[in-house]
Amino acid sequence: MSTRVPRIAPSEITPAEVYFSRRALLAGALASGVSALAHASRVPPLGEPLDYSRNKSLSVSEAPNTYEEITTYNNFYEFGTDKQDPSENASSLHARPWSVRVDGEAEVRGTFTLEDILKGQSLEERIYRFRCVEAWSLVVPWVGFPLASLLARFKPTSRAKYVEFTTLYDVHQMPGERVAILNWPYVEGLRMDEAMHPLTLMVVGLYGRVLPNQDGAPLRLIVPWKYGFKSIKSIVRIRFADTQPRTAWNVATPHEYGFYANVNPQVDHPRWSQATERRIGAPFLAARRPTLPFNGYVAEVASLYAGMDLRRNF
Amino acid sequence: MNVTQRYRYLYKPLVFVAGIAPLVWLVCGAFGWLGASLGADPVKKLEHECGKTALNFLLLTLAVTPVKNLLGLPQLLRLRRMLGLFAFFYVVVHFSVYLVLDLELNWSTLGTDIAKRPYITIGFTALLLLIPLAATSTNGMMRRLGRRWTSLHRLVYLIAILGVWHFYWQVKRDVREPLIYAGILALLLLYRLVRSRLTARAAASAPAHLTSRSRVGPSLRPSASD
Repeated sequence: MSTRVPRIAPSEITPAEVYFSRRALLAGALASGVSALAHASRVPPLGEPLDYSRNKSLSVSEAPNTYEEITTYNNFYEFGTDKQDPSENASSLHARPWSVRVDGEAEVRGTFTLEDILKGQSLEERIYRFRCVEAWSLVVPWVGFPLASLLARFKPTSRAKYVEFTTLYDVHQMPGERVAILNWPYVEGLRMDEAMHPLTLMVVGLYGRVLPNQDGAPLRLIVPWKYGFKSIKSIVRIRFADTQPRTAWNVATPHEYGFYANVNPQVDHPRWSQATERRIGAPFLAARRPTLPFNGYVAEVASLYAGMDLRRNF
Repeated sequence: MNVTQRYRYLYKPLVFVAGIAPLVWLVCGAFGWLGASLGADPVKKLEHECGKTALNFLLLTLAVTPVKNLLGLPQLLRLRRMLGLFAFFYVVVHFSVYLVLDLELNWSTLGTDIAKRPYITIGFTALLLLIPLAATSTNGMMRRLGRRWTSLHRLVYLIAILGVWHFYWQVKRDVREPLIYAGILALLLLYRLVRSRLTARAAASAPAHLTSRSRVGPSLRPSASD
């Protein structure tokens, strides 16, 4: 089931209806709680192809997860809290036209269209590991460009110590925002050096095509050495801040989700261990994998945190 | 068929099938048979569904008394043992999946989890408390323990509370479903509380020779259960 799919010609893609010809039927069990099995999430049709190059040196060599896995198993509470909710409900999001407001401690501020944001940026495909704080992981072939090259355009001043990102807040497009699971809109942030790091990616695509809604269309952040909740989706605002941003999960449950959220097998979540993870798509009886420090990117990012107590700054 | 025969040959087998069905479905899902699927994170899904099924059976077990009283169906009591044992069964499967597929039989991690993670402490306690209930579920045990059987089996109230609490503390953020279970459990427990108060009040005001309410388990009445 988890076959590697590098570059796929449109003619080779199985139509979603055929792909999902098996539909889970509910056994009429008197007391069963298995109704969730009945959902067959819809794999989105492939987006428009993007023009990009492959960045092999910043890609992992592991086989990526399938397009189906990446687009039907999502945490995107703006569309509901079950893993299949985003793929079922994200069609209400209008990812075009899109604009991003840029403000804060920077010389260049204003509202920019998506096309403006992308102007002058060369897209590259990077196959990154993705590790959720819930202890599952994926390997994903993102298409994007370094955040550093976008931020440089706005000429942040010396007072800009952090970058804060905000997701769209619109209950008509994102019905899950009607329920106050988190304090909407979703806010995330990075320290300036983390934001300017070569690995930090502004993502617009997946598997060489435009990003599907449930994966954070049209513009999302990917910070591969941190837990997935740092990789904020559907960005509408970028603010250069002089104080540490108040990030969504940290505000919601401060003793469980920190600002830094670096992947660290030695620092457990209060309610579960972070020492191992389950790779999505692995066979049912496959063993869990050991979690790697910084999600395997220790060589690239450890220096950012030299001297920091990673248990206190979790 | 008279009522006893109906329960023995029709209703109980039906309940048995309904009790096994979730397991069958989950096993199919685990191996992809009959088009079933456990999704992208099958072990987590399996753990979760077994846990919820166990809670469902626990609540059903607690619902037998209110339903039989309110609908006037005393024979419904015959089904309660099977429902309770299915709850125990799914708790055992839930724990086994966690121990074998999640912890991969790492006993020291099990010890750490039980000691350090409050929701697991509570869940494990509920499991342990269910064991004597399951072990004393036979007719023979009911006869041997007499009045003490009823006292022991009142533990099911505590077990249900612990089970729902375990669910509530396990959830990452969206507590709506555990709260629904808590609400249903509260109603089921409230029923018993109100009934015992009303019974106590009736007993206090009625003449002594009319208050011989048997507080023993059903098995002392010969045809009460199978």
